[in-house]
Amino acid sequence: MPSAAGMLAGLVLAPLLLGVTNRVKAWFAGRHGQPLLQPYRDIARLMRKGAVYSPTTTWVFRAGPLVSVAAGIVALVLLPLGGSRALMTFSGDFMLLFYLLGTARFFVVLAALDTGSAFEGMGASREVAFSALAEPALLLAMAALVRATGTRSLSGAMGKVWSDVWVPSMPVAVLVASALAVVLLAENARIPFDDPNTHLELTMIHEVMVLDHSGPDFGLVLYGSALKGWIFAGLLAGVLVPVRTGNPWLDGAVTVAGIFAVAVGVGVVESSMARLRLIRVPQLLVGAGVMAALAVLLVR
Amino acid sequence: MILLLTGLGVLLASGLAALPWCDGRRAGQVAAGGAVVGCTLVSVPAARALAGWDAPSLQLPWSVPMGAFSLGLDALSGFFVLVVAVLGAVVAVYGVGYLAHAAGKRRLGPSWCLYNLLLASMLMVVVARDGALFLVAWEVMSLASFFLVTFEDDREEVREAGWTYLLATHLGTAFLLALFLILAQGGPLGFEAVHRLPGHLAGAAFLLAVVGFGTKAGFWPLHVWLPEAHPAAPSHVSALMSGVMLKTGIYGLLRVLTLLGPPPAWWGWLLVGVGVASGLLGVLFALAQHDLKRLLAYHSVENIGIIALGMGLGELGLAFDLPVMAALGFAGALLHVLNHAVFKGLLFLGAGAVLHATGTRDLDHLGGLERQMPLTSRTFLVGAAAISGLPPLNGFVSELLILLAALAGVSARAAGAAVPATLVMASLGLIGGLAAACFAKAYGVVFLGAPRRPHETMPADPGAGMRSAMVVLAALCFVIGLGGFLLVPRLAPAVQQLAPFTHEELAAMLGWDVGRVLLAVGLLGAVFLLAVLALARLRVGWFAGREVGSSPTWDCGYAAPSARMQYTASSFAQPIVELFAPLLRPRAEEVRPTGMFPAASRLSTETPDVAAAGAYRPAFGAAARLAEWLHLLQQGRVQVYVLYITLALLVLLVWQLGLVR
Repeated sequence: MPSAAGMLAGLVLAPLLLGVTNRVKAWFAGRHGQPLLQPYRDIARLMRKGAVYSPTTTWVFRAGPLVSVAAGIVALVLLPLGGSRALMTFSGDFMLLFYLLGTARFFVVLAALDTGSAFEGMGASREVAFSALAEPALLLAMAALVRATGTRSLSGAMGKVWSDVWVPSMPVAVLVASALAVVLLAENARIPFDDPNTHLELTMIHEVMVLDHSGPDFGLVLYGSALKGWIFAGLLAGVLVPVRTGNPWLDGAVTVAGIFAVAVGVGVVESSMARLRLIRVPQLLVGAGVMAALAVLLVR
Repeated sequence: MILLLTGLGVLLASGLAALPWCDGRRAGQVAAGGAVVGCTLVSVPAARALAGWDAPSLQLPWSVPMGAFSLGLDALSGFFVLVVAVLGAVVAVYGVGYLAHAAGKRRLGPSWCLYNLLLASMLMVVVARDGALFLVAWEVMSLASFFLVTFEDDREEVREAGWTYLLATHLGTAFLLALFLILAQGGPLGFEAVHRLPGHLAGAAFLLAVVGFGTKAGFWPLHVWLPEAHPAAPSHVSALMSGVMLKTGIYGLLRVLTLLGPPPAWWGWLLVGVGVASGLLGVLFALAQHDLKRLLAYHSVENIGIIALGMGLGELGLAFDLPVMAALGFAGALLHVLNHAVFKGLLFLGAGAVLHATGTRDLDHLGGLERQMPLTSRTFLVGAAAISGLPPLNGFVSELLILLAALAGVSARAAGAAVPATLVMASLGLIGGLAAACFAKAYGVVFLGAPRRPHETMPADPGAGMRSAMVVLAALCFVIGLGGFLLVPRLAPAVQQLAPFTHEELAAMLGWDVGRVLLAVGLLGAVFLLAVLALARLRVGWFAGREVGSSPTWDCGYAAPSARMQYTASSFAQPIVELFAPLLRPRAEEVRPTGMFPAASRLSTETPDVAAAGAYRPAFGAAARLAEWLHLLQQGRVQVYVLYITLALLVLLVWQLGLVR
């Protein structure tokens, strides 16, 4: 029951994260900012519209957003909220989760290439390069958790984060959280990797890939990236907020609060630093991988 | 055994029957029909052997010194026979259509005869139980595939590729000769006669096997023949060679491992190291290629690397006594052998259809084929997603098994197992990400967007036979991806030969633990597919009665975007190639636009193989220069040769006289 509620929370609350981040950025900039629920309004408005397609596009272009949302929904089935177990959990479940997100990315990239636009090709090319470098960091971070907790499922490892990771070896927890935070920023196209507010196609990564989507398709794209944001924030909050009371409702609620804290943190990062030059991005991602590898080695 | 021999007989007989038809489709129909029947016949006993029901063997008299005509079909052989049979039959059906265009221009009879001979020799390789018989079958296999590669022997680059292949495969065979002599220890060459070798000899045998079989399988840096031979061969032959023939190298290595007994840890480390090198460099070089079939050939190196990672984890599991790691590592390696045969076969067949329809393999000349070749495009997409290890397709299942083996190693206390296991996890993640990048490039550039060059004729999907072969393989990608929980427990008897655990232990590990995981994977995969379909259905509803417009792709307000402005394969891969430039050493040649009114400018890049350029070419150059010295002896003058004969006779005479005294 709490697992189903956790999944439902993800489905409903995911777009709110973006609203929170945007409000934090507005606060830093001294603006009033958009309403918290603006992302919902955007999606709702888009869903009521028609659409415009380029004559070069095929069914692949239309399938991209569908696959990304479907993968996000199925991935939520595997995402525990801190001590609150996921709906389904088994050894190596986190690999299915990551690879499902990989399937989503593959189709979004193909949809971008389907337009035949040089800009979208550029975005797609950067996206695949950076996500390939983020993948080892993600898997190594999980390897550290598995080695520390001795369980091979995401829910199992998250359930023991306090007793088996934070208490015996705090540096491991800090390193894993740092690696996950870097990957979160990279995978969700946030500063310092990508500036969601940029207006120049040449400098975009994620946004430029979906330039040609419109109407309900674009609504699904926005919802799909919101789900992805929720999943990564959930992973990070699960490690960062190690409250494990044994009551799944309480643990889940605390982790949801942690997820929103992560959204605030993203807003703070975006307000306080500039984006990196593109050639520096791989260095940061490799750095995240090194941190995660160090975490594996430090586990006693 | 009777069925196996009958199947082999049908293969050879139909191959010979095809020989007289020098042109026309008839040769293909006869030989391919025979191939399908033969493959069906041999898969029956193979399936029984894989299930562990029976393990027939056969000894026939054979007048080869130290050798015996000894065949056996156990679970491990059965598995490989099935891989050969499934792909061999499907590819034969495709080949009939593929070669039809060459009817009348080239002699098809010999090509088909060699195709069936190649199939039969691969089957012999995996059922041979004697070193001498194994080597004979191995040699027939190498020669048959050499002649198949050089089908279009009027082209210079094809002959060049053929010689490279022939040389490489024989260098490998030289190591195998030494290997079998060590294994036999002066006795007969039969496999069951192999006794436990002392440590250093076992180590030497292992190294010889890695080099000898690794040359065939395509381990880095022994892979140099692969990216040459695959693009040169006709596509159905590439599919068979890449999908199955490479795996005979894997089979050989696994078979030798079963003969060598308990492994020391360094065998596992070596295999993991080879796997990481092959996997990473294979996919990186694939990313840098412009030629579709060359790209696929480098992906074979990558996938052989993934198989080596699984085998390495299996060996480490045995060395450090971690049963789960051992069983899952070997099971993952075996399943990846099958999976790679299916999706790489599919991709080569798709590439063949593209080559057939457009006449080019150059990625940067293609584009937008989804409209003209919808079926080829969709099956290629399935193969591309499967080889990238994406769920719910088959590539994910075998990579998951290998990752689970690595996870078992990561939690182990022994650093000797934990460190390589962590390395495997990190490199599999990177390889997977890069493979997805590479196939997004390959599929996106060939099938999506707009055509980059006008085609001479309108490209179209191939004929029914070729189409059905691609559909069957694409369907297999889904079946194995969703039904892994049924398939993987069936591998237990084959895994048992590699990792000697009891039947119950393996049933618990592969049947219960992994079976549950794969059931969940299959279930969620099905849910995912249904969710996509449901959303697609909903989407139709959303658009009912709404305005749907059409307008050119947004290009920053530029009014007339042309197909030449699209991102090309090279530009798509550029960030990654640039990042790994120290490993790849790409070469660029450019003429920059200069002046107020720049004239033509150009840029071309190529990424030659580092191993070929850095190690092989200098080595063979040195060998050739040494051989120059032989010109002192061989000058082409008959008088000098007569002198040699006289001198030799004189020496013999003196020697004989000396002996008599």
